[in-house]
Formats: sequence, C-alpha cells, structure tokens
Amino acid sequence: MKNWLILLAGTGVLALLPLLGDNYLMRLATMVAMYVILAQSWNFIGGLAGYPSFATAGFFGLGAYTSAVLQGMGVPLFASWGAGGLAAVIFSALVGGAILHLRGHYFAIASLVTVEVLREIVNTTPDITGGGMGLNLPIMRMTVAEHATFFFYSMLAVAFACMACAIVVHKSKLGFALRCIQQNEDAANILGVNAYLYKTIGFGFSAVFAGIAGAIYASWVHYIEPPDVFDVLISVKPLVMVLLGGLGTIFGPVIGAFILLTFEEFVWRTFLTVHAAALGVIIVALVLFLPNGVLSLTREKLGLRRRAAGEKR
Amino acid sequence: MTALLSLENVSRAFGGLRAVDGVSFGIEAGEILGLIGPNGAGKTTLINVITGVHPANSGRVIYDGRDITRLKPHQIAKLGLSRTFQIVQPFPKMTVLENVAAGALFAGQSPSMAEASREAMEQLRFTGLASVADKPALSLTLAQRKRLEFAKGLAMKPRILMLDEVNAGLNEAEIDDALAMIRKVAEKGVAIVLIEHLLKVVISVSNRIVVLHHGQLIAEGEPSAVLRDPAVVEAYLGAKYAARYGGAS
Repeated sequence: MKNWLILLAGTGVLALLPLLGDNYLMRLATMVAMYVILAQSWNFIGGLAGYPSFATAGFFGLGAYTSAVLQGMGVPLFASWGAGGLAAVIFSALVGGAILHLRGHYFAIASLVTVEVLREIVNTTPDITGGGMGLNLPIMRMTVAEHATFFFYSMLAVAFACMACAIVVHKSKLGFALRCIQQNEDAANILGVNAYLYKTIGFGFSAVFAGIAGAIYASWVHYIEPPDVFDVLISVKPLVMVLLGGLGTIFGPVIGAFILLTFEEFVWRTFLTVHAAALGVIIVALVLFLPNGVLSLTREKLGLRRRAAGEKR
Repeated sequence: MTALLSLENVSRAFGGLRAVDGVSFGIEAGEILGLIGPNGAGKTTLINVITGVHPANSGRVIYDGRDITRLKPHQIAKLGLSRTFQIVQPFPKMTVLENVAAGALFAGQSPSMAEASREAMEQLRFTGLASVADKPALSLTLAQRKRLEFAKGLAMKPRILMLDEVNAGLNEAEIDDALAMIRKVAEKGVAIVLIEHLLKVVISVSNRIVVLHHGQLIAEGEPSAVLRDPAVVEAYLGAKYAARYGGAS
C-alpha cells in the first residue's frame, strides 16, 4: 500500500513537469524515466533472481529496431512500440532457455554475447535495418514543445507500468521464488521451486519494458544505428543504477536512476573532455563505499530506530 | 502391502565411481527407516537419486505406483518427497518464517502466501522455533538451523521425509527433542528415512535399518538383527561395537 502511494505521488509530481515549459528539463526527465525503466527491468533478473544480466542493451536495441522497421512499413506508432516489447520478450524466452542454466560470471558473459549477436544481425541485414548506415524514423508533425511533452509522458507511462509491475512481482509468488533462487538455487529446487520456469519469467519481465523503452527512444531521436542502441553502456548503466539505489528493492532503481543522471549531467558539464573517466571514478567510489545502495542508509536508520523502540518496551 | 516408495536395482555412477550400485528396497507409510553406512557409502547420493538431484543411471524409483526416476527435483518435491540437507541450506537473508513458508508455498502448494505463512508458523511452533520466526535464518545457532531444515521439510507436506544427519553436531538433550519430533511425524503416517551416524539414535528410533557399503546394500532388517549381521560388523561397526549394541537390544 505504502509503495503504491509513493509511486502514485512520485509519478503525479513528475507529470506536472511540462507546466514549467523547460525543454531541457523535459529531456532530462524523459531520460530519467527511461533510466528507471532500464534499471527496474534489470532488477527483475539481476536484483531479485541474482542473475547478472548484460542483455539489457539487446532488449533495448531489439525493441528499437523492431519498432523502427515496422514503422517504416506503415505500422501505427503505438502498435510498433508494443511490437518492440513483444519482440524483446520472445527473444528473452528463446535466449533465456539457452543461457539461464548458466550461473554467475558464465551467465553474465553469455548474456553479453546476445547483444553482440543482435548487433551483428542488424549490421549484416542492411536491406531491412539499414545496417551500419542506421535507420531513419518517420518525422512526427508536432512543435518542439509538443514533441518533448509527448515523449516525456510516453516514457513516464511505461516507467509507471514497469514500477507497478515491480510492486506486484515483489509481493507475488514469482518474486518470492526469484528471491529463493537468488539466495540458494539448489535448495529452492528441492523446496519445489521450478527455478528454470521462474527465471525465464523473470528474464521476460526484464525484457519487455526495456524493449518498449528502446522503441520509444527510437521514435524520440528519429535515427538509430547499431552502436547507439546496442551500446554496452545500456547494459552496464542499469546495473550501476540498481547497485547505487539498492539491489532487489522496489525504489532503489529509481533513486539510482536519478543519481546516475544527475552525475552524468554534472560531470558532462564540468569535465567535458574526461567525463567518462570522471564518471567511472565516481561510480567506483559509490559502489565501494555504499555497496548496498543508498536505500540501505535509510533502512539502517529505520532499523536502529526500531531496535531502540524495542528496547524501551 | 505395497511400498510407498520402492527402489528397483538403482545405480548412480560419477565417472568410474559407482556411488550407488544396484540398490533395491522399499519404504512404507509411517515407517522410520534408518539408513546407515561408513563415510562415502553412498547414503547422501542415494537421497540425491531419490529426489532427482542426481538421477539414477539405471534402475527405477517408484513412488506411489509412479515412476519418478527421471522427474526434476521440484516436481518430486511437489509429489510429497522432502529432504533436509546434511549441510544446512537456509535462505540466509530471509526470515525463519519465510524460509519455511517457501516450502509450504512451492512444494506444499499452499493456495496463497498468507496461507503458506500460516502453515509455516504452525511448523515453527511444532519445532520450537516460533520465537525466532522473524529473525534472519543467518542468525540461528546450528541446533536451530537443523530444526529449521526439519520445519522446512515438514512444511512441504511430505509423505516421505528424508533426514540427512539432522542430529549431527547436537547435544544429547537436543537429540532427544529431535527424536521425539521425528516419532510424532511418523505417527501421522509420514515415512521417515533417517541418515544417521549415531548408532544409538538409529537403533532407538528406527523400525528397520538399511546398511550401505561401497554403494551396495549389504544388510536390511530389524535394527538388532542387522547389527549382528557379520557383513555389517566387518564393514562398519567392528566387533566391539556389535557386542555392545547388537547384544543389548
């Protein structure tokens, strides 16, 4: 209940943003929403189930290309976005069946390779995808402000859906199963948890919203190319955000998304030439000194308070 | 009387090592079966074969008239075969209650999380862990962790419960508590397979004993008869031990 209130209040406040009429802020907010989607998507498989997936960029890029190609064929915008999500889910089920029996580093490497495979497929099919030349999307007839508002609300809506999904999953049998798998997969199997099934479903959840986000992103920027949407950073950033915010928590990914984007913007402006290195240093420092994420700070405080209250009783 | 679970000529090899070699026996409802043998005799492997962790290379495992040899562990767990681990395997960061509720929800197939928690609480009361229900499993003592394994096994609503050294590392009072619990469970009609190194414990609680040695079944029957069996004496007990326990009972 509390989670729903936080989600509704947060989304409500963000939804008022277009009133300020600041397009730069809108762009940032759209990015935050996208980061929230990617981080929360990763959290389903990486945070809950403990499977360090680097496939996020694959889902994102597949969603982007599916939607872009379909739009080129005349499919309506929203339908093409939905198809982007669907393509990502189908791909996750196929790939998940093949690599989810691997654990730890092996799974990480295998999931990373899936992104490269997709990128190569796109590169070698220029007739459909434009290959290395990239792909232009239909320009939408709206003003700059309308454009910004439309994509902000679209991304926010998907972020909301993704968060709502996370709240439901965390409380559900699926979420419980994934936590069991994360802590001890063999014991979970013996306790009757169909680990393979639940992992595949979790992987599917980590794909669907990332796929839709990729589709929206493609429409937003009008032009996609393989190094952009299959960028390995799209796989790495969600992981960093979740670690920053709090692994396996509902709102950790949101906090992580805000922190990462703030840092990115700040560092980009201040250290224009070495921004990537500076960002790296900050991330390493944060992960080193706050290994359980920012949410763990509040939890520790709450824990202390609760303990103090218990002693008084 | 047909057995609830029967093994028919079951073998399992790891490379050249035949860890379980042509073993056949049956277990009936409500029976407490002691499974003993020297270290490396194949006791735990046999449990792994039954629960599908390491399926048999040959032979069949029949449970309730159904061939379960090739089923997956989670399927077998849902059918009512549960086990505890020799090296306890809790979900460390979950609470004790959640650990047990997992067993009730997934293998016991409770209809809801709330129902699973309620059933878990019942098992925690039975095993005397109710007071630590909200603590993380990590914080428990060894004796408590062994009982947690037991509670998890029970929450799975088993018809056969396989206990792999639940008493190892416990003191006498704790063992007595554990045995009382085991007897109570068996009285409800649950078949118990007890892997145990403490012979005194096996003899006092088992209806029947099966002895493994080098993966083979070398004796089976009444506890006192089995302990007088020359093959068992030679493989496992030593003559002195046999004189002390075999003769007395």
